[in-house]
Amino acid sequence: MDSFIQLSNFPKIAPYAKLFEQGMLVTVLLSLFTVMIGFVLALVLALMRLSNFRPLRFLGLDRDGHQREGGVLAVISRFNPLSFLATAYVEILRSTPVIVQIFIIYYGVFTLVELPSFQLFGFIKFDRFFPGVVALGMNSGAYLCEIMRSGIQSIDGGQTEAARSLGLSQVQNLRYIILPQALKNILPAIANEFVVIIKESAITYTIGVQDIMSAVNAVKGATFIIIEPLLVATAIYFCLCFPTSKLIAYFERRMSRGDKR
Amino acid sequence: MATRDSLIQVTDLKKHYRMGTIKALDGVTTDVNKGDVMVVIGPSGSGKSTFLRSLNLLEEPTGGAIIFDGVDITKKKYKDASGKTVKLDIDGLRQKMGMVFQHFNLFPHMTILENMVLAPMKVKGLDRAEAEKKAMALLERVGLADRADAYPIQLSGGQKQRVAIVRALAMEPEVMLFDEPTSALDPEMVGEVLDVMKELAREGMTMVCVTHEMGFAREVGNRVLFMADGKLLEEGTPEQIFEHPQHPRLRDFLSKVL
Repeated sequence: MDSFIQLSNFPKIAPYAKLFEQGMLVTVLLSLFTVMIGFVLALVLALMRLSNFRPLRFLGLDRDGHQREGGVLAVISRFNPLSFLATAYVEILRSTPVIVQIFIIYYGVFTLVELPSFQLFGFIKFDRFFPGVVALGMNSGAYLCEIMRSGIQSIDGGQTEAARSLGLSQVQNLRYIILPQALKNILPAIANEFVVIIKESAITYTIGVQDIMSAVNAVKGATFIIIEPLLVATAIYFCLCFPTSKLIAYFERRMSRGDKR
Repeated sequence: MATRDSLIQVTDLKKHYRMGTIKALDGVTTDVNKGDVMVVIGPSGSGKSTFLRSLNLLEEPTGGAIIFDGVDITKKKYKDASGKTVKLDIDGLRQKMGMVFQHFNLFPHMTILENMVLAPMKVKGLDRAEAEKKAMALLERVGLADRADAYPIQLSGGQKQRVAIVRALAMEPEVMLFDEPTSALDPEMVGEVLDVMKELAREGMTMVCVTHEMGFAREVGNRVLFMADGKLLEEGTPEQIFEHPQHPRLRDFLSKVL
């Protein structure tokens, strides 16, 4: 009987170590860029969701120019197209599978938009890597948006009242008062998102991104060995994610200790 | 009622919610003159905080008018002297009204000094050296210059509120609004905050204070307003209000708090 794992298979896949090494680099780069795109996108989305942009506001004013107390016009006047768009984006991205989104971006958007085909660091195919980053970043942006929104909303309303009564504008209030406090609170959540992306990015091998999973596939195709390369991949993913999340937990504890000074 | 040198004229001010079923403010008319120390008293839920917060538009009134600097600030647009329609400069307006809150609302991620210089630098465009010099002078006045580099969390409640007061003063406002400034303080710290407010009043600062400190109202106030159910029920000198109350609601209120 063959055992589940055959140690003799490991020497056979050893020549492909370079593939795993490159795959690991791709996975890390992919995750870093994804979180960066996701962060910026999430900030914009969260600010859109929380904005007070009401182009139909005038409908809610009565003849004297005061706010109407109720009625259909008052409801319509509160419509915020920015918030509506951002909410729609977040809900759609969160309610559909990542793989569908990746395929739509890769086969849909980036067949219309021609990407230059060159290789980053001599081995990363840009025309695969870039669509992967865009798709994962868009997805991650939707999730990070909700984290950011709750972070901003968790700041006491008195902070805004104090800032505004000192004469700071809405933008200055966000920049100097709200965001510095909110970002500090959600930093651990953003770092956790990075760990999630490391794992989720495995799916990008389906569009030909040469990450860790694609190394597994390449070895499988060349040697017909399946389990052992998967175990190597498992070990690499674990070694990336476990220390990172422990490190985050450590900084989280240290930061919350600072609050109780 | 409204005289020419009054700083703020409030006419029939209303704040209604839910189609008028809840009336937080129900037609308040009064005016704040330069140098007034106006104290607003009344039971909780009487609308006195809403009244105060309407003055710098932290609450949007649903009716009436507030004339400040010759402009009705309850309207989003107004016509200027040349007849042009101008948008209300709400940030510019709020600079001229300092506000002190029940819960201090210092910025916890900044030192005391940073709290003090932020608005003068970002809103008034002072350079850092100038803003810090002014801030230190103000902190000196309230005996907290040695805490300039501390964070709010390291201060006692009374110290926080004194910082909050001078932070507002750093913008050189024309009027100071106090929203129950001593209500969140431990009893032994109330005195130090009231002392700062008394000194301000002596210097001639125009002040509107919502407070439960009847001693302060009587000693420092030159006008006392009694509110209940969103209405201004009685207004007078401290002597009139405390020694000769007319309205039965006021008599009832005073019998409970004095």
